[in-house]
Formats: sequence, structure tokens, C-alpha cells
Amino acid sequence: MKQIEKFSFERGVAIDVREMTLYYGDFHALKNVNMTMPERQITALIGPSGCGKSTLLKSLNRMNDLVEGCRVEGVIQIGGENIYAREINLARLRKNVGMVFQRPNPFAMSVYDNIAYGPRTFGIKKKSELDGIVETSLKSAAMWEELKDRLNKSALGLSGGQQQRLCIARALAVEPQILLMDEPTSALDPISTGKIEELCTELKKQITVIMVTHNMQQATRVSDKTAFFLLGEMVEMGDTERIFSMPKDKRTEDYITGRFG
Amino acid sequence: MARTVYLNALKELKEGILEMGEHIKTAIGRTINALKKDDLILAQAVINDDNVIDDKEKEIENLCLKLLLTQQPVASDMRKVSSALKMITDMERIGDFAADIAEIVTRGGRTGTSYTVPFIDAMSVAVIKMVDESILAFTDDNLELAQKVCRADDEVDELFNGAKEALLDCIRNDEKFAERALDLMMVSKYLERIGDHATNIAEWVIFSVSGVHVSTEKGF
Repeated sequence: MKQIEKFSFERGVAIDVREMTLYYGDFHALKNVNMTMPERQITALIGPSGCGKSTLLKSLNRMNDLVEGCRVEGVIQIGGENIYAREINLARLRKNVGMVFQRPNPFAMSVYDNIAYGPRTFGIKKKSELDGIVETSLKSAAMWEELKDRLNKSALGLSGGQQQRLCIARALAVEPQILLMDEPTSALDPISTGKIEELCTELKKQITVIMVTHNMQQATRVSDKTAFFLLGEMVEMGDTERIFSMPKDKRTEDYITGRFG
Repeated sequence: MARTVYLNALKELKEGILEMGEHIKTAIGRTINALKKDDLILAQAVINDDNVIDDKEKEIENLCLKLLLTQQPVASDMRKVSSALKMITDMERIGDFAADIAEIVTRGGRTGTSYTVPFIDAMSVAVIKMVDESILAFTDDNLELAQKVCRADDEVDELFNGAKEALLDCIRNDEKFAERALDLMMVSKYLERIGDHATNIAEWVIFSVSGVHVSTEKGF
């Protein structure tokens, strides 16, 4: 894992999206998006279903490459490197830009093997080293105490909230610099949601978090920046407190106050 | 889909503020009429009706808290609800001052005179207008009207100083008038305070509309 080079962020900018346009076949999913996501902060992407926020999220580690007919124009730079450039190493990109999905998706294997899966892929075989990574990752996801005696039990036996935090721990095991979270708590109860929100706040001390959420209160609670998307356009982005108290664009105001959407 | 229940609750809040505003304007008008006519029955009615204003404050307060709890308003809605919560305290105090003036009227029999000074009449007209316009500014999101109310407070302060001078002259001219003059001085002070509370309401309206809370003393 040591040989995988990290991105180097400058002037506190993790991700810089410039004139980015994305098509799914004929469908124009994102239109000329320009935005900067700061390092070690939480950026929330909000907007009605189909507005393009998840599409943007998936573009940030090129998960959209797998979608047939997907075409990206413009530039997405991470640490100043255009991730859509021909020479970019996808393994390096996805190792440094991890992802957590809406529904927890642990592998049908033990807690330990779930966490060790990524590091093993990157060539770590030594048991003591893997043990250390599993412990550190579970501690980072605030679930070491809960799971240290159940490391060999199946991950599928965990509750939904635990499974989702395990997925976060699994993502952290390869030491990403950026974590993409696509509605990470929408399938969870309020207690588990609270734990993940607290975890995000802890995580941002080390890494950059980009989160898609439909929960406005969650965006206000956890994020530093919020970007509002509508019909493929990035309408407005700014400090979360400002967006939710004094949005500049009437479309943002109408959406967050529930006038439409 | 629009949030019907939420939008109806916001409408209910606006109507509640409007209704409470009507009650306090009526209270000021009636208490000054009672003062001028030495009408003890009318004064007693103002005192009794203060409960209606107090109840209205509680009702609006409950509605605001319910809105915050169940609907989690944001942006301009959040400012509107939080401003309403602050405004009703000022409105309730205005009702108290109207009742305080009415109490002076009910005690007025001992002075045996219904004499008042023109400044007090002018003050009551000015503060009723301030209250009226501050409430209207809230319901219409009218920033300019709210700013106008804040400026009008200076006029009320000048009228208060005029009333003070006039009452001093009255005492100098006729010592027997001193007790009545002290009562009228209190009335003037209450009216001046009503002007201050109307200004507070207008300042909350400015916050509700613009997102910036300004203190009139600092200017805007």
C-alpha cells in the first residue's frame, strides 16, 4: 500500500471542478458545474432527486466510468491532477477517494476480512500489519470496543447501523484522503444516524468528506459547505450556515424551505 | 409537493400577529380615550382585556415552538418564526403599558381633574401609528416601512421631552396640579416606552426580511 502515491492538496483545496458537463447518452445530467471542495471539511450536496448530485459524487472517483454512454467534459482536479486525464491511475484514484453507499454493503465474510480486504488487495499480507490496520480502522469508525471480540463473526450478522459503520471502517482501511458518502444514513435509525454524523465530524480532522444527503437537518448539523443542485446545475454553494439562513438564490430558498421538490 | 400543513401554520402565525397587533392598538386607543374623558369603566375594560393580549402571546409562542419542533424552518422562514417569537414579547409589554395607563386613570378620581396636555395626545397618535406600521411591515415583509418605524421613534422622544416641559410649567403655575402632573408624566413615559417596543418590533422585522439584526441606536 505504501507505493500508492497520495494526492497533494494545495491551499486547502481538495477537489476543484471546472466547467464540468456530464451526459448519460443523450441525457444532459450535469451542466457546466464549477465548484471547489475544501480539504478536511465536510461538503454536503443537496437537491431534489435526479438533480445530478449523486452523479457528481460518483464522478469524483470515476465510478461513472462503469455506466454505459457516460461522457464527461471539463475538468475535475484532485490535488491539482485532472482525474479524467488519460494517464491517471484508477487504482490510485479509488484508493485515495473512497466511497460509502446508501445501503450498507458488507462482504459476506468476517468483520476482520471485510476490513482487511482492501489492504490485502494492495499487497499487505503480514498478519501483524493487517491486525493493526483492522484495529485502527475500527477505532477510527468508533466501533473497536463493540467489535473487538467479534472480529471473526460474519459481518452480515451486524445491525444495519453497525454494517454501515463497518463499511466506513472498510473504506478507511486503505487510508483514503477523501471519502464520498452517498446518503449514508438514509436506511438507518436515528441512533445509528447520530453515530455516523458524529463519526463524520471526527473523520474530517483527517480526511475530506463529500456527502450527498436528502436530510436538510443533517446537512446543517454536519457539513461545513453546502452545494445545492437543480436539474443538473449547481445553483449555489457556500458556508452551510449561510446557505440555510440566507440563501442567495430563490431556487435554493424554495427548495430548502420545502416550497417545491 | 408543497408542504401544505407547514405553509398553513406560517399563515396562521402571520394572522395571529396581525390579531395581537389589533388588540394592542385598540388597548392604546381606549386607554388614552379613558384618560381624556376620565372614563373609569373604559379604563377598567382595558385592564381586564390585557388578559386577552397575554393569552394571545402564549398562543403565538406555542405555535412558534410547534413550528420549530415539527417543521424545522430554515432561511427566511426560520427568521420569520424567530422574529415572531421575539416580537410577541414586545407586543405583550405594550399591552401592559396600556393597562398601566388605565390604572392611572382608575386612580385619577383623587386629583379631580381630567386635564391632559396636547403632547400626550400627539404621542398616543404617533405610537399607535408605529405599532400599526411595524405589524404591517412584518406581515408584508416590508423593509422600508420597518425602517420608517425606527426613525419615527425620534419624533416620539421629542414629544416626550415636550410633554415633560409642559408638565413642569403646569406645576410651576399651579402647585395643586402637581399630583395630576406626576400621573401624566407617568403616562408620557409609558407612551414613550411603547414607542421603544414598537421600534424593537420593527428591528425584528428588519432581521426577518434582511437577515441582519440592527440596533436603531447604531443606525442602519
